[in-house]
Amino acid sequence: MEKEKLLITSSPHIKDDDTVEKIMYGVIIALIPASVMGVYYFGLHALLLIIASIAAAVVTEAVFQKFRNYPVTITDGSAVITGLLLALNLPPGLPVWMAIVGSVFAIALGKQVFGGLGHNPFNPALIGRAFLVASFPVHMTTWISPVDGTTTATPLGLMKLQGVSTDYMSLFLGKIGGCIGETSALAILIGAAYLLYKGYIDWRIPLSYLGTVAVLTTVFGQDPIFHLFAGGLMLGAFFMATDMVTSPITKKGRWIFGIGAGILVVVIRLWGGYPEGVSYSILLMNGVTPLINRYTRPRVFGEVKNNG
Amino acid sequence: MTLLKDLTRGLWRENPIFRLLIGMCPTLAVTNAAINGLAMGLATSFVLICSSIIISLIKNFIPSKVRIPCFIIVIATFVTIADLVLAAFFPDIHAVLGLFVPLIVVNCVILGRAEAFASKNPVHRSIFDALGMSIGFTWALLLISIVREILGMGSVFGINILGKAFTPFLIMVLPPGAFLAMGVLLGIMNTIQDKLATR
Repeated sequence: MEKEKLLITSSPHIKDDDTVEKIMYGVIIALIPASVMGVYYFGLHALLLIIASIAAAVVTEAVFQKFRNYPVTITDGSAVITGLLLALNLPPGLPVWMAIVGSVFAIALGKQVFGGLGHNPFNPALIGRAFLVASFPVHMTTWISPVDGTTTATPLGLMKLQGVSTDYMSLFLGKIGGCIGETSALAILIGAAYLLYKGYIDWRIPLSYLGTVAVLTTVFGQDPIFHLFAGGLMLGAFFMATDMVTSPITKKGRWIFGIGAGILVVVIRLWGGYPEGVSYSILLMNGVTPLINRYTRPRVFGEVKNNG
Repeated sequence: MTLLKDLTRGLWRENPIFRLLIGMCPTLAVTNAAINGLAMGLATSFVLICSSIIISLIKNFIPSKVRIPCFIIVIATFVTIADLVLAAFFPDIHAVLGLFVPLIVVNCVILGRAEAFASKNPVHRSIFDALGMSIGFTWALLLISIVREILGMGSVFGINILGKAFTPFLIMVLPPGAFLAMGVLLGIMNTIQDKLATR
């Protein structure tokens, strides 16, 4: 009888009812407002990019797992999230086949070559985006205005090249040029509030990330509110920096991760060659996450008080 | 039979690039176009074959304590010849390969064969060994550079084959593309090797 067997397992022995599927579908629900706003502002082509990117991610995951004789786990929603996040990080006028290429790359070389979900050192969606930026620099930096459909610059691009600021209301609602899912801070915050309420993301990373950017931009004489709401910072801080696989597991480590990413964003935005640096800041901090985990490991048998 | 084994060793079983993973520096640096990969492969082959012959000939006169400097001097001589010949007859390729031609001196493939084979075996075997390793090195470089040129520029040896509709993946001719192409090809080679081994 199966039940009579004595099960010997390592800890943890107490589990809550969160599963990979539950959390993944929670994140997908949280991304719906940003996706809807993206489609509302940028039209059907944006919807097409989102669908193509998700489909390519799911199919790639299934083919890869089949080929390597792994159990096919496309129903857990992780590939859907990668495809959706990648699409939200693409310019709305991008040719559909490029989104598919990026999505295939993100799953195949960003995730599955390392062993699949839980083993990837870098956020797969950002790997896909970085690959597309390096491959098609012109297409990936051609932005469309949600007002009249003409080519425009992003608020950060305007700020960097011409010193022109954008008014807060447009930044907050998303009536600006930019990636499909990054323009509306309001929609992202609604999704983020849902995730925080559900406890699927830790508040430490977004708080330290956004806080560092706000403090540093103020110190260097920039407008902190503009820098918080412009570009992909909101989307990155709540949905990509908080990825459970690629961010630190310790609380102290999460503070370090957020502060480090915040410093990198400000450095890239103010002095770098690109107007925006959210994706690179998160990727670079993903790279040092194992190191952060190692050095912030809590003491197992309690801590010794200094001067105690 | 031994000679045939010496020759075929470098082609696949101990292919310097795909099986031993040595000589990675030129492999990653100059394989952005097929012509560069081929030129690098041939220049390295010339140095490898000539220095293997000389080192095999003089192996009994080299004191073992200073053998590495002696190998380097022999290799450097042929690298200088290759460098000057390339500069004189193929200035375009020489300009592209640049620093990586003098760097053949410290290519692990050449020093590795000198140390592991030429200094321990008679001349005729060393020639076959060097020839096999050269072909192995050249085909590997050529394969990587063809893959990168097709994806990164849509052409092979500068001749456009994918037409205007194809948007090149710029990343493939940039340094990250070298790692991507190398990594994926290595995975394919390992899969083939596994299939061969289980058969």
